[in-house]
Amino acid sequence: MTLDDQSTFDPVAATIADAVAAPGAKRSRRANFAGSVLPPLAVGLIILGVWYFISLVVLDPKRRFLLQPPHEVWNVGFADWDNLSTMLEGMWSSTKVAFWGLLIAILLGFLLAIVMSQAKVVERAIFPYAVVLQAIPILAIVPLIGFWFGYGFSSRVLVCVIIALFPIVVNTLFGLLSADQGMHDLFTLHKANRITRLRRLMFPAALPAVFAGLRISAGLSVIGAIVGDFFFGQGEVGIGQLLKRYANRLEGEQLFASVILSSALGVSVFLFFGWLSGRLIGKWATDSRGK
Amino acid sequence: MSQSPLSFRNVSMTFPDGTKALSDVSLDVGKGEFVTIVGPSGCGKSTLLKIASGLLEATSGEISVDRDRIGYVFQDATLLPWRTVRRNVELLAELHGYDKERRIQLAEDAIDLVGLRGFENHYPRSLSGGMRMRASLARTLTLKPPVFLFDEPFGAVDEITRERLNEETLRLFEQERFAGLFITHSISEAVYLSTKVHVMSSRPGRLVASFDVPFEYPRKPDLRFDARFAELCGQVSFALRGAHS
Repeated sequence: MTLDDQSTFDPVAATIADAVAAPGAKRSRRANFAGSVLPPLAVGLIILGVWYFISLVVLDPKRRFLLQPPHEVWNVGFADWDNLSTMLEGMWSSTKVAFWGLLIAILLGFLLAIVMSQAKVVERAIFPYAVVLQAIPILAIVPLIGFWFGYGFSSRVLVCVIIALFPIVVNTLFGLLSADQGMHDLFTLHKANRITRLRRLMFPAALPAVFAGLRISAGLSVIGAIVGDFFFGQGEVGIGQLLKRYANRLEGEQLFASVILSSALGVSVFLFFGWLSGRLIGKWATDSRGK
Repeated sequence: MSQSPLSFRNVSMTFPDGTKALSDVSLDVGKGEFVTIVGPSGCGKSTLLKIASGLLEATSGEISVDRDRIGYVFQDATLLPWRTVRRNVELLAELHGYDKERRIQLAEDAIDLVGLRGFENHYPRSLSGGMRMRASLARTLTLKPPVFLFDEPFGAVDEITRERLNEETLRLFEQERFAGLFITHSISEAVYLSTKVHVMSSRPGRLVASFDVPFEYPRKPDLRFDARFAELCGQVSFALRGAHS
């Protein structure tokens, strides 16, 4: 073998390229941090400014209850433990509903997508109904669910499942079918069976799309939990019922505080799945963090 | 002739949409032979390899080949992006159910053979096109295939990388002496690597000329500047022009 002279060339060059690239990457990370944190921070301050302006300057003091200034929202909504604890309890109730809804949607969604990925005819048979389910306004279906299944925990979970299912099915199916033909040929050539193909090729290939779907569905499941609670208006008090109550009583500070809390819940599940996807597939996927 | 590891007898292929891809192709690749087919793009060269490997079935004709451990290097490296180089190289041994110890040993040897030592734990996305192709070659080598099919494997890399990969392919061939069937549209690549060059016409693909390449192995890079090399390239080029019109 006289490989040495030829083969060492490429690796060495590439190693040097790596070494050169690394410190540059570190430097630009700091620049990235400034670039990615400062602009949204600036917009946040502008929003606060406009909020203050409307609340204190535009609105007549008698009508200020329509939009209380930010520090009032803080004082009444977050700094007052009585109010905050009520909201946190509501949040906890809604979080449980969203969690179970999402979990069931994930299991059901994966199952449907896997079945659909195995035969075109099954995909054609099921897909239209997934679209129909997605197209029904959730507001129209919530009262119906209440009629049929009552207003308890399981009905609320069902609302979450319905709203969160579609993105999981679509993204997982898309992901399972995304492995390119060459790779399938390779598996065919070496006589891989259906299970091997699914496990070693289609599942891993699906992961980036699966995570994209999960991020969307996690947020939707939180919305489902709140919407269900809002419309059922009975049973264990979740954040939906609180929103309704505060709105009826014109308690603007609490209303704002619960809106902020519920969006914080949605944002945190979104971030959680982004983090998880970075941990699991960040090493190899070309764009796993999403934008 | 039936003892050749790979032989085609009067193979024709018409696709369901009526496209005639191959017409009456007969061809043998003996052990220790490196046969190359050059032809214009879209002339059915790749179809021939797909038929050889069993990915496609010929409309008529006979193919004799042992498909158990067939080596097939695709146009793209087709590495699994979620596997490191080492795990990618292990894939075929895994699909064939080799035990772990043997798999690791075969992968280690193949990685050394293609010069990817030091890059075993890299993911494909951080490799250059040439290095991905090496990993793809290494993956195929783990099976020690008696028949090696190459489907324009170096078409997408730059000229310098291509020449270097040609050297490596030669060395692999000189060492393993498989029966090689190589597809390309580069004439100098064809002549440089092969014991025999066939020229294929387009639509439907037919073999219109054959050239024996007289140069001894091991071949050195400066063969490319030899007058006889240039002359043979000229003849192949002439035949290819004829096939094109």
